[in-house]
Amino acid sequence: MNKRIIEENIFKILMIASVCIVLGSLMVIFGLVIVNGISSLTIQMITQTPALAPPGSPPGGGILNAIVGSLLLALPATGLASLIGIGIALFLQADFLHPALSNAIRFMLDVLWGIPSIIYGIFCLMIMIYIGMSSSLIVGIIALTMLEIPIITRCMDESIKMVPIGLREGSYSLGSTKFETAIRVVRRQAFPGILAGILLGLGRGIGDAASILFTAGFSNRIPTSIFDSTAALPTMIYNLYSTPLGQSKAFAAAFLLLIIVLVVSVLSRLLTRRFKKHIIK
Amino acid sequence: MNTRKLRDIIGTNLMRIVTLFIPLLFFFILILLIYKSTLVLGTHSITDVLFSTIWNPDNGQFGLAAVIIDTILVTGIALIVAIPISLLSAVYIVEYAPLRLRRTIRPFIDVLAGVPSVVYGLCAFLFLAPFVKNVVAPWFGIQSTGLCIFSAAIILSIMVFPIIISLCIESFDAIPLSLKEASLSIGATKWETVKKVVFRASAPSIMAAVLLGFGRAFGETIAVNMVIGGTIRLPSSVFNPGETLASLIASKYGELMSIPLHESALMLVALILFIAVLLFYFVGFLLLRRAKKRWNY
Repeated sequence: MNKRIIEENIFKILMIASVCIVLGSLMVIFGLVIVNGISSLTIQMITQTPALAPPGSPPGGGILNAIVGSLLLALPATGLASLIGIGIALFLQADFLHPALSNAIRFMLDVLWGIPSIIYGIFCLMIMIYIGMSSSLIVGIIALTMLEIPIITRCMDESIKMVPIGLREGSYSLGSTKFETAIRVVRRQAFPGILAGILLGLGRGIGDAASILFTAGFSNRIPTSIFDSTAALPTMIYNLYSTPLGQSKAFAAAFLLLIIVLVVSVLSRLLTRRFKKHIIK
Repeated sequence: MNTRKLRDIIGTNLMRIVTLFIPLLFFFILILLIYKSTLVLGTHSITDVLFSTIWNPDNGQFGLAAVIIDTILVTGIALIVAIPISLLSAVYIVEYAPLRLRRTIRPFIDVLAGVPSVVYGLCAFLFLAPFVKNVVAPWFGIQSTGLCIFSAAIILSIMVFPIIISLCIESFDAIPLSLKEASLSIGATKWETVKKVVFRASAPSIMAAVLLGFGRAFGETIAVNMVIGGTIRLPSSVFNPGETLASLIASKYGELMSIPLHESALMLVALILFIAVLLFYFVGFLLLRRAKKRWNY
């Protein structure tokens, strides 16, 4: 009897220790980014593009090009991926596709979600070189879209799976077609999950560096057309982290990324809660 | 009526086309990678590439053994550190922590799961690496620059924490209360209940969580690239610099893409990554299916 209580206590201490390790290490990272980020985040930093400085002196200007670039890359990519994703997720239901086939596609989606994003990067680069393009905004958007499709689709799919079958049958019994049922009934019922999927994809897309490293390239200017190469916040950090002079910019960029991720996450929670009201239980 | 039918046909076919896009993308990537790596496999045998430790592209030597060993070391250490700590934390959060703490921790963990890897990499480069250099390595009596396999593994395990924890919390929450109550009512302590009931009942989900954590650690490119040092040599200790499969592509692509044979070697690395993920997910998929059948409560 005593031994069991000792075991209980030992594990309780171990558990508290591991919670402390997890929260501690994550707090340290948050704290470092916030403290260093705020101290280097000036008005100039977010309103100017990098200025050319003579070699040796600290690089002036800001990271506006990366902020605009990140938005120009991630927003269209998320839009595209959501459109494609919702089509796939709705089509994976049993009404349209044989369950064996949809499970095969789900497995492929899982693998595509799991492969390192650098593979999307070099895949797009390969095609880009083959058709004779150079690194540009549009290729970056395509790479990010590919990266986000599996994420968004699987999230939507999980919430669409939860839609009660009676709801669909009710819709069919009133004479609606499969497509009408999918778009008007199933889509509406699964809307909170669909939204959460889109926002998850956005968060992942805006923070990914490996897929746009070669495809979007890098530039000190704000892109003026979709064929210009562009900087983004993650690639900005990756380019600057090792130079002592660039570290304040890297931290400013990291801080902004953190804020974006935080906002997206809070937004996802709020919107999900809001739209859950309209669900039929 | 007719327009509705027409719309149904158009809509359904549009959905069919985008769904077709997934297998197309999957096989297109796979075939392109295979096609591109045939060049290097034509001049070097596969065993030569996989088991030779000499990486010297200028002499036409593409031995990946050192990189593969580094990858296994980094992923292995990261998971060995991350799995027990995350599991115990998840248990504490679900079973022991007061409700208020639980409510505040969950959103926090979810945010952390979404923090981009470059941010982790930046912190690791500027703060973890010096710490390893000045404190951890001397403690073991080893000289190190701090940019090493150990630093990469530690930052990876920190990145994996939130993923495993949030999935485990979800699955622990889903266990029917009556199962736990049955165990507690016959006199088991809380930990015994966790060990004998909670872990078993949620075994498939724990497996899935670990698998996802593995995927993230195995394929992480940027954060690893920033702290691992980038040396392709057989490591003599975990405080040596190294290079993983994914980070090798990121760091060498720029300089090697101009020569077809070198590019082909990197494509082979990408192919190895793809096949490894594919195999691992397939095994995981089979395990999960079996486990679900067995632990069917």
